[in-house]
Amino acid sequence: MVRVVARTLAEATRRVLGSRRRTGRGPAAAEPAQAGDAALAADLEAAIGADRVRSDAAARYLASRDASIYREGNAGPVCYPDSTADVVACVQVAARHGRAVSPRGAGTGLAGGAAPLGRPVVLSMTRMDKLLEIDVDNGVAWVQPGIVNLDLTRALAPHGVHYAPDPSSQAACTIGGNVANNSGGPHCLAYGVTSAHVLAVEVVLSDGSVVTLGDLSAEPVGYDLRGAFVGSEGMCGIATAVAVRLTPDPPAVRTMLLCFDDVSDAAATVSAIIADGIVPAAIEMMDQRCVRAVEDFAQAGYPEDAAAVLLVEVDGPAGGVSIASERIAGIARRYQAMSVRTAADEDERARLWKGRKSAFGAVANVMPDYYLHDTVVPRTRLVEVLESIYEIVDRYDLIVLNVFHAGDGNLHPILAYDSRVPGADERVHAAGREIITMSLDMGGALTGEHGIGVEKREHMSRMFSEVDLDQQARLRASFDPYCRMNPGKVLPSAHSCSDIAALRASDASGVWG
Amino acid sequence: MADFDEALTAFAAEVGSEGPVCVRGGRTRWSLGGDMAPGTREVAAPAGIVAFEPAEMTVRVRAGTPVTELHEALAGSGQRTALPERPGGTVGGALMAGESSIARLGLGPVRDGLLQARYVCADGRIASGGAGTVKNVSGFDLCRLLVGSLGTLGLVGEVLLRTMPVGEVERWVHVPGAAPDPARSCHTAASLLWDGTDLWAFLSGYGVDVDEDLSRLAELSSGPPEDVDGPPDLPPHRWSCTPSEAASFGSGNGAAGRFVAEVGVGVVHASEPQPARPVEPGVGELNRRFKERFDPAGRLNPGRDPLRKP
Ligand SMILES: Cc1cc2nc3c(=O)[nH]c(=O)nc-3n(C[C@H](O)[C@H](O)[C@H](O)COP(=O)(O)OP(=O)(O)OC[C@H]3O[C@@H](n4cnc5c(N)ncnc54)[C@H](O)[C@@H]3O)c2cc1C
Repeated sequence: MVRVVARTLAEATRRVLGSRRRTGRGPAAAEPAQAGDAALAADLEAAIGADRVRSDAAARYLASRDASIYREGNAGPVCYPDSTADVVACVQVAARHGRAVSPRGAGTGLAGGAAPLGRPVVLSMTRMDKLLEIDVDNGVAWVQPGIVNLDLTRALAPHGVHYAPDPSSQAACTIGGNVANNSGGPHCLAYGVTSAHVLAVEVVLSDGSVVTLGDLSAEPVGYDLRGAFVGSEGMCGIATAVAVRLTPDPPAVRTMLLCFDDVSDAAATVSAIIADGIVPAAIEMMDQRCVRAVEDFAQAGYPEDAAAVLLVEVDGPAGGVSIASERIAGIARRYQAMSVRTAADEDERARLWKGRKSAFGAVANVMPDYYLHDTVVPRTRLVEVLESIYEIVDRYDLIVLNVFHAGDGNLHPILAYDSRVPGADERVHAAGREIITMSLDMGGALTGEHGIGVEKREHMSRMFSEVDLDQQARLRASFDPYCRMNPGKVLPSAHSCSDIAALRASDASGVWG
Repeated sequence: MADFDEALTAFAAEVGSEGPVCVRGGRTRWSLGGDMAPGTREVAAPAGIVAFEPAEMTVRVRAGTPVTELHEALAGSGQRTALPERPGGTVGGALMAGESSIARLGLGPVRDGLLQARYVCADGRIASGGAGTVKNVSGFDLCRLLVGSLGTLGLVGEVLLRTMPVGEVERWVHVPGAAPDPARSCHTAASLLWDGTDLWAFLSGYGVDVDEDLSRLAELSSGPPEDVDGPPDLPPHRWSCTPSEAASFGSGNGAAGRFVAEVGVGVVHASEPQPARPVEPGVGELNRRFKERFDPAGRLNPGRDPLRKP
């Protein structure tokens, strides 16, 4: 296997996406365009311009999948809108043709949320990537949904503020995708996930009308519809502009690497830090297999003999930062830490984070395929949860790398495998199912940040009752009574609009069949 | 999926599936969003703390519990929630009103603190939104929808709330003559209040950082900052503005009368009510659709409408 060191985060992310696209369950070419699509495409072209609509197999193939292992998506014509007006026009044309609409950002989603079901019109939002306005006084910026998360952060840097949610995919993923998935990231431990950072959203609804949900005032009137919209996975409407909250850069930051020769000690340290009333900006954990992969890939300077490392960051006013980091070091030593290292300068800090953020890229060097899981457990139970994960994967004779947001109990066990080995896919799915069951049995949640999409749709009834799901379906139907927006996701078939004609056109079965 | 506790099932039975019904909390914000329709049956939500997990930083509590009582119980472990304390105000009432605490600058808005809600739907059945963990994106976000809904979509019986640590040192100080903007550089300020002349600050954090902010405030002040018991008397009406609008109240917002502005937040407490805020027709229509889908017969808290909140 050729080992190439990704020099940048963007490169690492692209590599991951590239490798995901090449592998997985034999990607079939998109089905040939159907006769009915010619009239649809012609109307779309008339509405937004011929150069903004593509119906060729290559474009539809790329728009049919995201970074998940789901491969049954099937895109109709793919549109590249430039403006809210373009989006409205596309939605109206699709409605006239009785077709659904599926928005997509960068396609880095890991739950199949952007995989179009039923040959809908796909709206690729990546051309709408402008930063519209920065208003530092009010701590808000208006952006278009296609702007890449990291580009926003870079543009804000000179103003002494940043956009707090920082998914590991931030070099590629879009704010629109972040809003749709209510995405998280390491620093969401202290600062909250996307929902806490979205003040208002301009949305095109399924009837083509445009509404602004929320506003910049402290307490908008009416129901919190911007809150209801965030995390709706493209099923409630299309975000065409987003007002994001700007977080002032902290006056002081300290990044620490705590190394342990026992995974349980690392997990216990996490629980003890939280129990001590310290709220670090981030607590990330990596186990030995992950550390070794990262070292091979990105040379972050993690000790390869450690059974587990914790990357802990504290920020805020300088006095508190030094008190909190000393308390954290004390806790780590109480749990037998082999070493406690504090980044001496910005360079070292960047290197430590680069290791964490390139972990997924590094996995590609371990095995050709991987399945990244995302569940949440109570953060006080990390020790027993990790033991269970190792027990499950051992039983299925698989390799697992653990790299996760330990501070809020958000697990990301990565099952690395080679799908060419007979039976490997089945073992991976069976182990994944057990990890989900174990997480729920511990009082956990199906997903902490990647969303439900098609991947976990049929698992929803294991976490929610019929009544709960019915309430969620009402939320969705209040936004989109026609079930025309990204149909077939999130809600199990009995609660979704699986009756719409468009959806019948394709096989809408989930990952688990 | 959880087995619901007896208090919750008893509450659901009392709500039943027919006839107009409203929940009485502490009656501290009783007429927010309109007067209760006459003849509406009143019920009370169950009270009591179900489980406080200091190491998890969450607390499961019944909606009828007074916020002050909840906070007294959490204080023993050095924790609190983001809910505002009003004499007699309940957890459910605070969540349904959705109005933030005076310390929102530090504690965040009420909406971010609700992790799970168990509530009685219009048809009398119990639903659960959110999850029992501090992070969750499983499905549509019913918790955010419920906060501030004035009990018009479902009647909340039990919730799981995020808790946060109380600062090692906490002090309210009165800073005569200080301007609001420069005070925003005080990182430990969990509340900054300004009445056009003077500033009040609630500092919360590590002792060293609080001391540093106190000297910062002393420099802005026309006299030495003095310790006080709490915020100044707040005028009765609540305005919702952007932070920069709130900061401009000093230059004579005649319509507001006497005011105390929450610096950096945008809530302004004023002696005159805020003029009705315009609502986009499309947003009004969406609000109506939500009410219709969640409560087709209009039996939950009839007469109240979050669109009519000041
Ligand atoms: C290597 C790697 C690391 C990752 N790390 C993290 C992480 O740390 N934290 C995390 O939370 N996630 C992570 N993810 C998952 C993924 O990056 C996020 O879910 C991200 O927010 C998706 O953004 P996207 O632009 O790629 O959206 P897409 O994948 O294109 O779409 C995601 C969903 O958003 C909808 N959507 C897109 N744009 C719009 C719009 N304008 N309006 C309405 N709906 C829209 C789509 O329909 C779909 O349902 C990771 C993924 C990879 C591959």
